[in-house]
Amino acid sequence: MPATVVRRPTGIALTSRPVLPRHARLRFDAVRQRWVILVPERVLLPDETAIEILRLADGEITVETIIDRLTFKYQGDRAVIATDVIALLQDLADQGFLLDLGGEGE
Amino acid sequence: MSELIDTSSREETTPHPEMPMAVLAEMTHRCPLRCPYCSNPLALSRASDELSTEDWRRVIDELPEIGVLQLHFSGGEPLIRKDLVELVRHAGQAGLYTNLITSAVLLDATKVAALAEAGLNHVQISFQGSREEEEADRIAGMPGAHLRKLEAARQIREADLPLTVNAVMHRQNLDQLPEMIDLAVDLGAGRLEVAHVQYYGWALKNRAALIPTLDQLERATEIVEEAIRRLKGILVIDYVIPDYYARRPKQCMGGWGQRFFNISPDGKVLPCHAAASITGLSFDSVRDHPLAWIWRHSPALNRYRGVDWMRAPCRNCEYREIDRGGCRCQAFALTGEAENTDPACALSPRHEEIFALAATESAEDRRRLLYRAHGGGVWESEG
Ligand SMILES: C[S@@+](CC[C@H](N)C(=O)[O-])C[C@H]1O[C@@H](n2cnc3c(N)ncnc32)[C@H](O)[C@@H]1O
Ligand code: SF4
Ligand code: SF4
Repeated sequence: MPATVVRRPTGIALTSRPVLPRHARLRFDAVRQRWVILVPERVLLPDETAIEILRLADGEITVETIIDRLTFKYQGDRAVIATDVIALLQDLADQGFLLDLGGEGE
Repeated sequence: MSELIDTSSREETTPHPEMPMAVLAEMTHRCPLRCPYCSNPLALSRASDELSTEDWRRVIDELPEIGVLQLHFSGGEPLIRKDLVELVRHAGQAGLYTNLITSAVLLDATKVAALAEAGLNHVQISFQGSREEEEADRIAGMPGAHLRKLEAARQIREADLPLTVNAVMHRQNLDQLPEMIDLAVDLGAGRLEVAHVQYYGWALKNRAALIPTLDQLERATEIVEEAIRRLKGILVIDYVIPDYYARRPKQCMGGWGQRFFNISPDGKVLPCHAAASITGLSFDSVRDHPLAWIWRHSPALNRYRGVDWMRAPCRNCEYREIDRGGCRCQAFALTGEAENTDPACALSPRHEEIFALAATESAEDRRRLLYRAHGGGVWESEG
């Protein structure tokens, strides 16, 4: 078997730069008037926080910056927001619906 | 807490369901393979009956307007259609998420590049076996098929298209399951669908040659559960179990005409890809009506919506809203009437008899296959 790129589990860290891959599309559904994530075989319905996180996750900014921005915007508890952001991104990564364009050591 | 609701877990059934989010387009029934488990109907559509490119373009334009978000190109072998790349592009431009479900034997580097450039979101390739290509080719009914699939899968990953491997499992290949899982990892697939054969279409004709033993099934379930844990973050594994050995039937397609429809090669709108097998129902065609009208008013789609059509034991059963009496196609194929309880259910009066038959068939271990072909199929040569 020739060399194939075998995937490694993505561990979401503060330095990760997450972005949705080609097969996970965040889209506004005009008919149902809500945001959806289109993935193979399913449609995921993100809640408002998830939508906000994913709209920030463009592969350029880090998880840390995402947390900073949300903390500033909602004037919330940074630790709580951080836990929430990382949990959501890790969940997506475990399902294969998130790319990390450059955490530490990549 | 942020949350992702998975739409595949909705349960209510209604006489007026909302528009499906996903639609399966069967572009053709033509196929270079002859899989004996093929879920296509025994009465295969002819090329001359197929919708034209113009028909498909019009249908694709209607889909997003009525709220459909995802379009799965399937068949038969969708790549036999010369207009596939054009239609994928058209669907993408219309805002649809596109998935190609293919045997991959017609995929080469040029085709892969064209599909990627046309905006295809995802590819699913079916495999008949893992290592021993002769055995995989024997199931596919096409010499050389397995090596071509391996090569196509590599091309897909090289073009950075996301890949799902579909492994259709039955008595004659279940022992290869661990290697099939390794194969999916080696190919760089993000997702593996381990699908035990569902017994309708050609698979029902071949049940005696394909149905697993209970032992095999239990072993397979253990293997999959172990692999799911071991490969977390590397490979997502979806598992479809055969309902012959279950106590309750599967919740088929989320209910008849509830969350999904299928467009057959000749344009009929079906609640699933097997429904054309139910004789006596006449399905409406996109050649005659707009999709929005068909979804709401087609008598064949309305026939088994809600729960009013049910007979005993389903009619008064506490599970009727959950599994909806199982699969109408299976009820029809095994009892002759689609209104009956799916015999996969332990409460069906036919369950014991059919279950016992399946167990006997699996123990007899007949291996000869009936290949999918026009005119009733072709038997594998003996010896
Ligand atoms: C009918 S095929 C058409 C697409 C293409 N020819 C292929 O086989 O990949 C659609 C999908 O259904 C799967 N399939 C076919 N017959 C089946 C059956 N009886 N039970 C479960 N899956 C089946 C195939 O493996 C494939 O992934
Ligand atoms: S399941 Fe096999 S025979 Fe049926 S359409 Fe797919 S490749 Fe062809
Ligand atoms: S009797 Fe009907 S509704 Fe009840 S569990 Fe069986 S199939 Fe489902």
